[in-house]
Amino acid sequence: MKYVDEYRQKDLAKKLSLEIVRQADTGRQYNLMEFCGGHTHAIFRYGVQDLMPENVHFVHGPGCPVCVLPVPRIDNAIELAERHGAIVCTYGDMMRVPASKKKSLIKSKAAGADIRMVYSTQDALKIARENPNKHVVFFAIGFETTTPPSAVIIKQAQREGVKNFSVFCNHVLTPAAIQHILQSPEVREIGSVSIDGFLGPSHVSSVIGSQPYNFFAEEFQKPVVIAGFEPLDVMQSTLMLIRQINEGRFEVENEYTRVVTPEGNLKAQKIVSEVFELRRTFEWRGLGDVPYSALQIRPEFSDFDTEKLFDITKSTGRDVKGCECPSILRGAKKPTDCKLFGTICTPENPQGSCMVSSEGSCAAYWSYGRFRIDQVSKPKKRQKAKVS
Amino acid sequence: MCLALPAEIVELKPDNDNAVVSLEGVKKEISLALVEDVDVGDFVLVHVGYALHKVSVEEAKRTLSLMAEAGVLDEEVAEFSQ
Ligand code: SF4
Repeated sequence: MKYVDEYRQKDLAKKLSLEIVRQADTGRQYNLMEFCGGHTHAIFRYGVQDLMPENVHFVHGPGCPVCVLPVPRIDNAIELAERHGAIVCTYGDMMRVPASKKKSLIKSKAAGADIRMVYSTQDALKIARENPNKHVVFFAIGFETTTPPSAVIIKQAQREGVKNFSVFCNHVLTPAAIQHILQSPEVREIGSVSIDGFLGPSHVSSVIGSQPYNFFAEEFQKPVVIAGFEPLDVMQSTLMLIRQINEGRFEVENEYTRVVTPEGNLKAQKIVSEVFELRRTFEWRGLGDVPYSALQIRPEFSDFDTEKLFDITKSTGRDVKGCECPSILRGAKKPTDCKLFGTICTPENPQGSCMVSSEGSCAAYWSYGRFRIDQVSKPKKRQKAKVS
Repeated sequence: MCLALPAEIVELKPDNDNAVVSLEGVKKEISLALVEDVDVGDFVLVHVGYALHKVSVEEAKRTLSLMAEAGVLDEEVAEFSQ
């Protein structure tokens, strides 16, 4: 696959690995937070951690879109289908995320509610056109990458005069979440999470550009390297972070220049700002209420805003007792710290959101056997491990 | 969910702002509503049915050569980054 395979070559990985070992100062620890679930996935899938020296650690962040959506919002989506009789459409990963009362979208579907998995917002609008007597809700989730497609579809529905379609907006913003983590007591006061630098999001940054991160670099004095999602991208970016840390720099550097520019995708940003505005506050799983961290539909498009059209009950649903997803999403705990991990909670029967999507830390730990390595003593010459 | 892959545009559909992309021989119609100035032969990052961004060929090569610099630049890599 062009522009993919090249970034998976073994020999280059070995060289990068050796260079990282050479540059990393054995007298210190490097705690690097990868914000995106896409990076978490790549790190596990390709065993990137095993190519790192002992003192370079990846701290997994909250950037898995289905992981951060709190239980009440999923309860709301189920209610829209079950109580209001809407056809609820959403992206596949959302289907198995646990809601309260042991429910999920997929279980509600099995019980007869009309809930459908779609690949694209275009498919959701098509379902609305094909079912003029039903109301179709697109359960929109995700960061800055999935927001523009939601904006496009709202404008398109308005243009085409579709009357039975709305969007249940749950779009959240990356920079707000990063800032929240850096200001959290775990990082600032307790010091239980230490972060020396960030691997910045790949695809989110293709939309918002690299500029929005300048603030963190300066304000919090942490280096940020925007990293592609392939294993070699992650390694190259790690090397760039180590160099910055060694030299005492805290700048925004961009490794993923083949897609990310400083200003990002201006056309997509314009469409998004036409349709959406900032929400005063939004609850994140793990982070709680984060001010100005999410979007809502502008009043001009209220005919397509599910929250304006339906009377949705305020849910007080909570995570399954014992599930450590909230702490894991803040980088404060590891999946293996959860008592349910691998016993009651597995990808086949997920109890929490982090076990559902392949971008979730628990699912990544489980699928790629990371927990086995954590349990056994660490091998000495880790840089000799292979990239598959 | 964040899966987004670089795919080549093989056909433009001028009537509805769509294009057909090919990925490993698999063809798919996607929306071009979020990008500008793309043409047949360009690579775009495809995400949930939309082209999210154009992939820069020059930058793709430059990143690879940067990576190669980290180690001993052997012939194989040099050839690749030309
Ligand atoms: S293993 Fe399951 S229950 Fe435990 S934190 Fe992860 S998702 Fe939650």
